[in-house]
Amino acid sequence: MDVRFWLIQAFNGISYGALLFLVGSGLSLIFGVMRIVNLSHGSYFLLGGYIALTVIWTTGSWLLALPVAALAVALLGLLMERIFLRPLGFDPLRQVLLTVGFAFLFQQAALDIWTGNNFDINPPDALSRSVQVGGLFLPLYRIFMIATALVIGIVLWLVMEKTRMGAAVRATVDDAPMARGVGIDTSRISMFIFALGAFLAGLGGVIGGGFLSIYPGLDFEILPLAFAVVIIGGMGSLGGAAIGALLVGLADNFGKALFPEISYFTLYAPMALILAVKPTGLFGRE
Amino acid sequence: MTSQRTKILAVVAALALIAIVVPNTNSFVILLTTRALAFAILVMSLDLLLGFTGLASLGQAAYLGMGAYTTAILATRFQFGLGYDFWLVVLLGTAFGAALAAVFGLLAIRATRVYFLMITLALGQCVWGLAYRWNSLTGGDNGINLRQRPKFGIDLANEVTFFYLVLAFFAASLLALFVLVKSPFGRSLTGIREQELRMRVLGYNTWLHKYIAFVIAGAFGGLSGVLWAHTAGIVSPENVVLTTSVDALLMAVLGGAGTLVGGVIGAFIVFFLREYLSTVVWWWQYVLGSVYVLTILYLPGGLMSIPALIRQRRGGAGPKRGSTEA
Repeated sequence: MDVRFWLIQAFNGISYGALLFLVGSGLSLIFGVMRIVNLSHGSYFLLGGYIALTVIWTTGSWLLALPVAALAVALLGLLMERIFLRPLGFDPLRQVLLTVGFAFLFQQAALDIWTGNNFDINPPDALSRSVQVGGLFLPLYRIFMIATALVIGIVLWLVMEKTRMGAAVRATVDDAPMARGVGIDTSRISMFIFALGAFLAGLGGVIGGGFLSIYPGLDFEILPLAFAVVIIGGMGSLGGAAIGALLVGLADNFGKALFPEISYFTLYAPMALILAVKPTGLFGRE
Repeated sequence: MTSQRTKILAVVAALALIAIVVPNTNSFVILLTTRALAFAILVMSLDLLLGFTGLASLGQAAYLGMGAYTTAILATRFQFGLGYDFWLVVLLGTAFGAALAAVFGLLAIRATRVYFLMITLALGQCVWGLAYRWNSLTGGDNGINLRQRPKFGIDLANEVTFFYLVLAFFAASLLALFVLVKSPFGRSLTGIREQELRMRVLGYNTWLHKYIAFVIAGAFGGLSGVLWAHTAGIVSPENVVLTTSVDALLMAVLGGAGTLVGGVIGAFIVFFLREYLSTVVWWWQYVLGSVYVLTILYLPGGLMSIPALIRQRRGGAGPKRGSTEA
């Protein structure tokens, strides 16, 4: 276990964290704005990957698959929010259960359409190479993941902090009734945020498919990790999601490398402890 | 209350019917019923939290896992619990379930509503993580195969004998939980569900009430795990994975939260849909998913609320069952 081991593990952890940021940030925003624990968020990730596969099989273009899959999943999320979640009104338990019901339906649909096989989403050759940085061979694809998460994180941050729309979203996170009172259309904000969250998860699915591969059951594997990101970072906080994703990515990688037998425990136990001490997460707002 | 007595009689009659009819069917139905009954104990334990205390737990499978792994590890490593000592394993599994809940409860009980959901999810994942990764103890992803069922005077390898044992445990659990929720303690739990603040103002230690309910639920979860281990013959991380907890929650809501027997009906429907329908048609999971979605959208009180709804439709001012919230 020399320096290289630590560097490589750290790099892997950070790139995994980048992927988790894509899934977790959307989940966090959805929770912050709507107080919905969206258990179909993992399905969005999985469906994003599957739709990308179909696009790649028919057109051969990975670059086209990225936006198409993400937008298709965003549309799905939007429809789910408008048709099913919104009419339920504010009833957390029923909302949670409804999203689980949909997660099961999506699972079956994915199994029927894309069979139960494992598929790799092969990125273009330009991204499949490795680059040498200071004696370490780093896969370019993982660097691409980090770059994507960075770009998306910065864009999201700018939108949230610098635009009128973003201010309205933040107001809704902090106090929805008050936001409605000053004339913010919180229903439209909810729709927008839900679609955005689904978009990010779908995008994550395409990108994650490049190194996790896409298979049935991935939805409920990624879901608890996304929740760990949200909980550690604080629900509804973008910066928190970034830090949470980084911590979970690193904890997952080092945990698996250093203490394989209790690696998931080392991930979820801190999550439970944080929740117990500070239910809104490390960086969440009351 | 006569309606109360009618309900009790109906449940007893239903149990008697199951006891008489099921053993005369084929072994597939016997196995399915046994599974549903064992799992139903977990669903009822969850209903104690969800329906009576207003705590929606997303990690109830952890207690089933505790009981099941205890049973499996003792049986395969130490050949313990395969004779009369099976009864000790029952006690141990129940105690371990309660002990786990006693630890987890310290962390979870303070949280309310959605946060309780999240923290129980996290705690459940802790147990899953250990089951999945701690290869030397749990057998990892492959799980542990139990090669034989206990034998003490009676041979539990006989499926009918085993069915009767599980049915007996189920009936005893139902009775115990029923007595519990009708007791003053149970009444206070319902009070906490409806108006926690008011209960606190009235001088009730609501934290302690919830904590005790949580530990009791853990104990029944452990018991259901012991039975589950011998029913399935294999214990694996799948028993403690998030979707198993979700299943239990959905079964409770499908049948009707706050009714105890509703959860059992939910368990039966899901097990039969999943294991019987799946052998008949390929689109069974659509049926299951749709049943969930439609129940949540249009029947928030679950299947058990149907009679009350019909009575209301007929114009009678039947008692309206309050919908359960997280």
